[in-house]
Amino acid sequence: MPVEVRDLTHTYNEDSPFAAAALRDVSFAIEDGEFLGVIGHTGSGKSTLIQHLNGLIRPTSGTVIVNGLDLSDKSTDLRRVRRRVGLVFQYPEYQLFEETVQKDIAFGPRNLGLDGDEVQRRVEEACALVELPFAAVRDKSPFELSGGQKRRVAIAGVLAMEPEVLILDEPTAGLDPAGRDAILALIRRWHEGGRTIVMVSHSMEDVARLADRILVLDHGKKAMEGTPREVFADAGRLQEMGLDVPAATRLARELSDRGFDVPRDLYTLEELEEALLRAFGEGGSAC
Amino acid sequence: MSDIIRVQDVSYEYERADEQGELAVRGVSMRVKKGEWLSILGRNGSGKSTLIKLLNGLFLPTHGSVTVGNFDTRDENHIWDVRQTVGMIFQNPDNQIVATIVEEDVAFGLENLGVSPKEIRQRVDAALAAVRMSEYAAAAPHMLSGGQKQRVAIAGALAMEPDVLLMDEPTAMLDPGGRREVMETVERLHRERGLTVVLVTHFMEEALRGDRVIVMQDGRAILEGPPRELFAKEAEAICRAGLELPPMAELARRLRAKGLSVPGEPMTVEEMAAAFGALRRERRGKHAG
Ligand SMILES: Nc1ncnc2c1ncn2[C@@H]1O[C@H](COP(=O)(O)OP(=O)(O)O)[C@@H](O)[C@H]1O
Ligand SMILES: Nc1ncnc2c1ncn2[C@@H]1O[C@H](COP(=O)(O)OP(=O)(O)O)[C@@H](O)[C@H]1O
Ligand SMILES: [Mg+2]
Ligand SMILES: [Mg+2]
Repeated sequence: MPVEVRDLTHTYNEDSPFAAAALRDVSFAIEDGEFLGVIGHTGSGKSTLIQHLNGLIRPTSGTVIVNGLDLSDKSTDLRRVRRRVGLVFQYPEYQLFEETVQKDIAFGPRNLGLDGDEVQRRVEEACALVELPFAAVRDKSPFELSGGQKRRVAIAGVLAMEPEVLILDEPTAGLDPAGRDAILALIRRWHEGGRTIVMVSHSMEDVARLADRILVLDHGKKAMEGTPREVFADAGRLQEMGLDVPAATRLARELSDRGFDVPRDLYTLEELEEALLRAFGEGGSAC
Repeated sequence: MSDIIRVQDVSYEYERADEQGELAVRGVSMRVKKGEWLSILGRNGSGKSTLIKLLNGLFLPTHGSVTVGNFDTRDENHIWDVRQTVGMIFQNPDNQIVATIVEEDVAFGLENLGVSPKEIRQRVDAALAAVRMSEYAAAAPHMLSGGQKQRVAIAGALAMEPDVLLMDEPTAMLDPGGRREVMETVERLHRERGLTVVLVTHFMEEALRGDRVIVMQDGRAILEGPPRELFAKEAEAICRAGLELPPMAELARRLRAKGLSVPGEPMTVEEMAAAFGALRRERRGKHAG
């Protein structure tokens, strides 16, 4: 399900005298099976952008084409898109509302009109994907769960719709490190099944670890687009935009500046560990 | 250092209509020393937010006692002294700003205290200058970035001239730039004015900047000590509590596990780079000798 965004502009409250564009002439494409990271300062338009991808927000101008369907066309049946493009909002646990975990996760698939057995199969599968012990949590109120577990219930509710494109808005914000790692691991598993992912994040580390390509927004405009290598090449420019490079990258560059034989384009602790062992381990020359 | 807050064997139970509630904080005893920076770590649901709301009388203990300065937080006659001594900043920048102009927001608490207009003016100007937001005094808060909004919230707390600033995950919703801004502001206020800081955070690098850390698990304080000491000696307990080491400490641990002896206890990028500089000198020395 390829996605193509062309010259997308969005202005909230267009008729108000204070109207300012939240997105301006943004164009990009997402290929099948790709993992796109979206970064940008708060208010740069990330949430506005991703809500266009499943038709929750309509463009003020420009087009959003998902699997050949033009979402800017008022006659397009948005339900056809929404069931295939799943959106996990920021802090999705605030939107849990059913009295049991089972009912909450079943809500989406039931609305798709699936029969009871199929709904049940999907609920159990989604629970397994997010590593919630189904038997133990099915009859619990979502409100009895921990913060990290609630978020996994909310994500399971979207996965149970089996979307081909999964969009997540800051899925690890506010989670403890263990909860964050659990969410990142489940996103990675879902992606390894060949599905398309769009992830908005303020964690340069998380984006560096997972994304094939990164889109950078700055004041509603596309500021950069490319592989982690391309985007993280210019730390100064990212910092000016309220962003950064991962800590691993900062160390790699600091060492390289000091004349060590360490590449400058490393983004994760794993890569850095390998490079340092190569340079310094048994037989390594140190410089 | 004298204690500014004393927590003695405190437990807290949320009232629940349906059943007997579980204790969110269980038998915690701790102190906050005047002028220190204490960080509170722990997984989601471990009781951090409940604990810090007990520190300024927002919650009153179910068992045990909390004393701020000379006052028990249960003493109704002095609850305003307590609140004035201990300011608080929350996670969501958008939920803490009440006025439509920055300086009015900063003045809000003072107006409710009945401070004279002249003194309000002075305190608001000083507080905005302290967080380097003077040029935004007349701005509309919704035009500010997340980091700027948090700095305005901090200015609002500072205008009350508190001794202690409690912050509950103040950077959780911010972009990296906002996180930097807020942490630099807090660090400066702590260093230059001796502001006592209690910071709840999931970012280990932020805890590293403080003097002391308490790790919470299931409502209990399970570890306590200087951050560097805990990250160096209690790595396993920290991981069991759902946390992690700061990235550079984690890297050093992994390299050592693979037989590369990184000198010292580097925990920041600068320290790690320096440690490798030392390692290189050491090896060159060996070759030369
Ligand atoms: N519902 C809304 N009504 C009016 N303005 C909005 C609304 N949602 C967002 N905005 C504005 O649009 C801009 C982009 O916001 P958003 O897409 O939420 O950014 P981000 O997700 O990158 O923080 C901001 O200036 C924000 O204030
Ligand atoms: N308003 C509330 N009512 C009932 N239980 C609550 C409430 N707030 C928190 N709890 C429970 O108290 C425990 C500690 O929560 P909290 O102090 O918010 O933890 P943390 O800030 O470490 O995530 C958790 O089990 C949580 O579910
Ligand atoms: Mg957003
Ligand atoms: Mg909390």
